[in-house]
Amino acid sequence: MNTGFLTIYWRDMLRFVRFRTLLFASLVQPALWLAFFGIAMSNNFDRLTATLPVLPGIRAVDYLTFIGAGVIAMTTLFTSLFGGTVLLFDKNWGLMRETLSSPIPRIHIIIGIGLSGMTKSFIQASVILGFGLLLGVQFFEGYSLMQLLVSLLGIMLFVGVFSLGFLFLSAAIAISMESPEGMQAVITLLTMPFFFTSNALYPVSSFPPLLRALSTINPLTHLVNGIRYFAIGNDFSAIGIHYVYTQSEILVSFLALLAFAGIMFLIARWRFSKVTVT
Amino acid sequence: MVIEGEIFSFLGPNGAGKSTVINILTTLLPIQKGSARIAGFDVKTDPEKIRESIGIVFQELTLDRDMTVREILEYHGRLYSMPKTERQERIEELMKLVELEGKRDTLTKHLSGGMKRRLEIARGLMTRPKVLFMDEPTIGLDPQTRIRIWDYMRDINKQGTTIFLTTHYMDEADQLSDRISIIDHGEIIVTGKPWELKNALGEDLIYLETSDNAAASGLLKELSSVRGIREKTKGIVVMVNVDGTYLLPEIMDILRNGGVRVKAVNLKKPSMDDVFVHYTGRELRDEGAEKGSVAIMRAGRR
Repeated sequence: MNTGFLTIYWRDMLRFVRFRTLLFASLVQPALWLAFFGIAMSNNFDRLTATLPVLPGIRAVDYLTFIGAGVIAMTTLFTSLFGGTVLLFDKNWGLMRETLSSPIPRIHIIIGIGLSGMTKSFIQASVILGFGLLLGVQFFEGYSLMQLLVSLLGIMLFVGVFSLGFLFLSAAIAISMESPEGMQAVITLLTMPFFFTSNALYPVSSFPPLLRALSTINPLTHLVNGIRYFAIGNDFSAIGIHYVYTQSEILVSFLALLAFAGIMFLIARWRFSKVTVT
Repeated sequence: MVIEGEIFSFLGPNGAGKSTVINILTTLLPIQKGSARIAGFDVKTDPEKIRESIGIVFQELTLDRDMTVREILEYHGRLYSMPKTERQERIEELMKLVELEGKRDTLTKHLSGGMKRRLEIARGLMTRPKVLFMDEPTIGLDPQTRIRIWDYMRDINKQGTTIFLTTHYMDEADQLSDRISIIDHGEIIVTGKPWELKNALGEDLIYLETSDNAAASGLLKELSSVRGIREKTKGIVVMVNVDGTYLLPEIMDILRNGGVRVKAVNLKKPSMDDVFVHYTGRELRDEGAEKGSVAIMRAGRR
């Protein structure tokens, strides 16, 4: 088996740990999100929702716990969308000529970048999880060790597939673009609709129909569903809204993410087959 | 046609198509028409096989600034799926060859221009390629480094690697190559061994500054050993087909007897620069379309 993708993976991870500031920033930034935005909004929301009647017999979680899943999802989205940028720089600085003139199949470049980006997302998600628990996020409450392991595995599975999808998208954009500024603009433009039509920070149940439809096809929503299911449970209330996740709903969310990743992979493969670097 | 085991130079003015040819031969660009075979494989049908058989030293530096010398070579070896022990051995061997052992853990951004180039050459050799493409390998390097790199190239060539070289340094082509092709406007104008090309040009060049250049030209044109005369701004260049050192006194006599006073004389054996300018018909930076068509006509005549 050709293990060329491991070479691409190795180099990208090498650079990741080499740039200390980048490494540090990428780990601290999501923690800060949770600390500042999370705690600030949490106090607001908890006060606003304090007057709502508590649904009897249902576990109520605070807002910080609610958006804890959202912050993991959001960080994964941002990191993954920017994860392909290295390809643009490689292309512009001529480094990609070495890779493209080597026997390594182009598809391995996509896979390698996808896997290294996924690894970074795993590291970030773990940091946010740990930091969140320190801040008082009520994840994994009353879980046995076995349940905890299964939950962590589930979360990482969702995070992994989701990040792959957006990394493939990012790689496809990077390989098609000429300038880093252009790439930055496109990605910033992309993050908006994904971010704000999702259930990461607020419930979508009171969205107007069009936004609701968008949120249903938004991969971010499916990722958040998965994380909440595994981290909080299948039956809880937050901000006065009752959340129930059935296993089949979660399976559908997972399949949606798989489909998204698959489509993005095909797009990336197509963009790479068109690339000529001279 | 490049013969196995030789150093082949590919010369041409900027924009003549050298890099395009390299890009096609190294499978970075698809071939438009015609065909090309590298190490027995067709660029159209077997690009992957070709990629396994070639090494490339690109015109521009293509080193990741944030990787160390060893990592650069390691990455390259891995790209070509070299087994670990072989990879490690080759890395040591090549770092020794290009004298970068002391820099193994230095990031490439801290290397000097010459070191970077040596590292790139080492990288090009990682996989023991059958054919090594070198696109202006010594551009911007000091004479010491150039001479050192030429030594590496000869070594490598002796070990059986065919080298396909492009360069703008005619002395480089002259010293290193077994054969040279000069191209312009995408066409090969002439191919031959360096000495053949220089001989074909007319053996020696005599530069004269006289009191009356036109009269001097008129007098010397009559000589059977004079192949041609070129006007320069202050003097004339006489191309002769015999050994100039013996012809020169005769020329001086003829001119003196003809009443022309000689102010300066210079005898020059032809260089590759002369060959190059002769065939491409212009200095490198001139991009005149009208002169270009002359070059094509020449190509057609051959």
